[in-house]
Amino acid sequence: MLGRTLREVSAALKQGQVTPTELCQRCLSLIKKTKFLNAYITVSEEVALKQAEESEKRYKKGHSLGDLDGIPVAVKDNFSTAGIETTCASNMLKGYVPPYNATVVQKLLDQGALLMGKTNLDEFAMGSGSTDGIFGPVKNPWSYSKQYREKRKQKSHGKNEDSHWLITGGSSGGSAAAVSAFTCFAALGSDTGGSTRNPAAHCGVVGLKPSYGLVSRHGLIPLVNSMDVPGILTRCVDDAAIVLGILAGHDPKDSTTIQDPVKPFTLPSLTDMSKLCIGIPKEYLTPELSSEVQSLWSKAANLFESEGAKVIEVSLPHTSYSIVCYHVLCTSEVASNMARFDGLEYGHRCDIDVSTEAMYAATRREGFNDVVRGRILSGNFFLLKENYENYFVKAQKVRRLIARDFVNVFNSGVDVLLTPTTLSEAVPHTEFIREDNRTRSAQDDLFTQAVNMAGLPAVSVPMALSSQGLPIGLQFIGRAFCDQQLLTVAKWFEKQVQFPVIQLQELMDDCSSVFENEKLASVSLK
Amino acid sequence: MATPVLRWCCPGRRWVFAGIGGVSRHGRGVPTGSTSSGKRGQSSVAQQPLITAQKPRKGEREWAAVVGLEIHAQIASNSKLFSGSQVDFAAPPNSLVSFFDASLPGTLPVLNRRCVEAAVMTGLALDCHINRRSLFDRKHYFYADLPAGYQITQQRLPIAVNGSLAYSVCVGKRRSQMVTRTARVKQIQLEQDSGKSLHDSLRSQTLIDLNRAGVGLLEVVLEPDMSCGEEAAAAVRELQLILQALGTSQANMAEGQLRVDANISVHNPGEPLGIRTEVKNLNSARFLAKAIDYEIQRQINELENGGKILNETRSFDYKLGLMPEPNLPPLLLYDSGSLPPGTDPQQVINIDQLREQLPELPRVTREKLVQQYGMLPEHSFALLNEVGLLEFFQNVIKETRAEPKKVTSWVLNTFLGFLKQQNLAVSESPVTPSALAELLDLLDRKAISSSAAKQVFQELWRSKGKTPAQIVAEKQLELMQDAEALEQLCCSTLEAHPQVVTDVKKGNPRAINKLIGLVRRATLGRADPTVIKEVLERQLSS
Repeated sequence: MLGRTLREVSAALKQGQVTPTELCQRCLSLIKKTKFLNAYITVSEEVALKQAEESEKRYKKGHSLGDLDGIPVAVKDNFSTAGIETTCASNMLKGYVPPYNATVVQKLLDQGALLMGKTNLDEFAMGSGSTDGIFGPVKNPWSYSKQYREKRKQKSHGKNEDSHWLITGGSSGGSAAAVSAFTCFAALGSDTGGSTRNPAAHCGVVGLKPSYGLVSRHGLIPLVNSMDVPGILTRCVDDAAIVLGILAGHDPKDSTTIQDPVKPFTLPSLTDMSKLCIGIPKEYLTPELSSEVQSLWSKAANLFESEGAKVIEVSLPHTSYSIVCYHVLCTSEVASNMARFDGLEYGHRCDIDVSTEAMYAATRREGFNDVVRGRILSGNFFLLKENYENYFVKAQKVRRLIARDFVNVFNSGVDVLLTPTTLSEAVPHTEFIREDNRTRSAQDDLFTQAVNMAGLPAVSVPMALSSQGLPIGLQFIGRAFCDQQLLTVAKWFEKQVQFPVIQLQELMDDCSSVFENEKLASVSLK
Repeated sequence: MATPVLRWCCPGRRWVFAGIGGVSRHGRGVPTGSTSSGKRGQSSVAQQPLITAQKPRKGEREWAAVVGLEIHAQIASNSKLFSGSQVDFAAPPNSLVSFFDASLPGTLPVLNRRCVEAAVMTGLALDCHINRRSLFDRKHYFYADLPAGYQITQQRLPIAVNGSLAYSVCVGKRRSQMVTRTARVKQIQLEQDSGKSLHDSLRSQTLIDLNRAGVGLLEVVLEPDMSCGEEAAAAVRELQLILQALGTSQANMAEGQLRVDANISVHNPGEPLGIRTEVKNLNSARFLAKAIDYEIQRQINELENGGKILNETRSFDYKLGLMPEPNLPPLLLYDSGSLPPGTDPQQVINIDQLREQLPELPRVTREKLVQQYGMLPEHSFALLNEVGLLEFFQNVIKETRAEPKKVTSWVLNTFLGFLKQQNLAVSESPVTPSALAELLDLLDRKAISSSAAKQVFQELWRSKGKTPAQIVAEKQLELMQDAEALEQLCCSTLEAHPQVVTDVKKGNPRAINKLIGLVRRATLGRADPTVIKEVLERQLSS
């Protein structure tokens, strides 16, 4: 049952094959079994069971609220949840229990979804590995998959298997792992430079970054306001479309959401491929791209072409400036956004009370990790009066050029761009931490982050397993607010490639028994 | 929300604490000014000559002062600029704080339509160009009463620019002549107010009240077109009247709804402008004038003694630059011509529509008073200077047959005098417009003398509820209407004082006055002296 898609399990609930409470309990038990993945920071067991009970009553009366009623979901721990601790994986917000729900969370709850818990991330979503939060790194469920283990056995002869666990990518790694490990049917992530698509690709799930302004950011603790978008992680494209249909639309609490009414996101089947034009941005063919990803990318292009679509090479000439431009804009906004964490109104406060300034300094030193502090420092540098024109203003201009690159391409008749999501498949944690967070983020966001600058919708769809048995995803980028068209193409592609299901069960049982022997704190349930 | 902290010591800013019992304690660009004062209403535009700083003594260099103003006016709105929290000056601390006001992570600003309308109306009233597109910026400061660590303001592209403010000052030897001066309005911007912090030095704590945090402010920037404290005070006073007429701000300085920062420099005419200093947080027009003149004099003294003026306001606040507020799209305004067809009027702001709704501005009201009633310009100023006085005057005019000049004089001298003496607002006056109108009617038809009228007025003030007619009757103050009786009284007076009659006949001009006085006394003051004089003269010459 847990291996089903959201749509399938929704049908099962409606037909009474399973009750919301049963479903909830099964997910909770799997969450406990997979605790070693560290996907959840907080498991909201009591809340979820209560919600399941309510949902069950509705089903009994025949008044279900819709497709999401009784469906277990998880939410990244940078969305505000009323009454449930929201930490951003930071000491700064440890123990912070918000008094309100983010709009997207509220919309899920209004549809009867069951909130299983809050998922792990890089501190304040700053990272691309889900390795840099105070609750420790998230482990990629594929590390424990039959597919990966068998390949490894062939290569490494009996080395300690577990020391080679893989990262999930990030920063929404907890959400990706939660969906991938079947502990929920959909999860919210956030996407500022690729934070939803990157872990989706590494964990073999669908990761959707909607158009900027389509989904409310109210209650999403910001990284870069002008680029942040709530992301959706699901097991298939149709599920992402269902969730998007629920989340999309104007929110009076977020002035940057579109005013126009949103059309439903049901996805038609693509029939006439000859009308479709797929663009392949030549700048995305970089030397760092692994040969395996590159060959899958070509294969995908050929697939479209062979089915009758027009596939053309296009140019996004300002792509190479994107990373440095992002760095300036991101750190500047971070410096500004993080200014509110002063220990006064909420969150961590140090014991020092010599002066306000000393209190601020110590609070922020204790509350933020090096990555956050580093970004604040650079951001403040860029925002200095004497630097503002040279950095921030310039970066804004470059951002406009990058966005215009996309507009030009789409104006030339391209419907959707096809690119890699990541340079390679997920790497082992030991390898990942050889580089610092900044270097890693810069590398890993290469294909994803220009999309955020332009506010476009993009989705990562898992295509195939690498020679190591690990998932590789490809990214589709659509026109602004043409999320439906984007998802329609993604759905067609998903159907063609038939990405294999993760084979987790037996190994997970095995692992959890391994881990139970270790000194692990018992599952903390809220 | 109390923080055990020492506050900040401001690097050399000049603070002027004005008002009775006023305490002001901030050092920074975010406007503050939470002083309170027992004084009611606003003191009138300084009419006394203040220190005239630029008057050169013989043989000395001549100095000219240049004064620019930044005025922060709290917008009269039920809710804050970017949140739904109520605005209430008197609410208990921290009772009007939304999640956004407390800067809870994830909250976003939502612009208050009323505040935008107030800014547009104020801009129109000050002849500004209204920008069809304006932007919001974040200005960063680390202060305990600024929870987000930045203030949302409109520095780069404000909602209104390039206007003008006409104000009048008294000139001439006896300061009896009013001249109009103009200060250019550089810009009007929408921005958030900060919270308040109170330092408790006894317990070494800072207490923070966020009720005010996020209240909408209009920042009106006046170019340095003023040259002394009196001009600055007059300009502020005029702006205050305009805001009050528009209803865009209550603009009560004592309650901190209008706060003024002044930039001041002095130079020798013909030479470049001098270095500016700032005087901040002034909370009454009178203290504003005094503080500016004091600072001008200080700078002159400094320079004449070979010193230098240091720009003391630069501080590290301003080093951290601005950043565009990413959560607010550009603010777009329309006029009837540019309004996209089919738009929901609730979703857009039409400048032309607001222009039509503009009330009469004080300048126009005063011009009308001068034209309609032949009033002196300074009297028209005086009528507008007190809240409710003009309305009182107009109500009296409506109900009385007395000459407007008489009404003006009674309202501005007698009535206002009584109010001032007892520190009352017009609305608290025990004398109603109808009562004064009736009194002036009695005077007009010579039913009472003007001295009796003063007596009646005093009585009206004291005993609420009585009509002037009742008082006149009770005190027997009506003039003698019985001509025969007056003839009789005059006759007997002449008979009783033959010596005085002789003096009159000898040509002593003062003697007749003595007779008039005697007759008046005999009538208990109820006869009109001019009538008495007529009768006496007739009887003497017959």
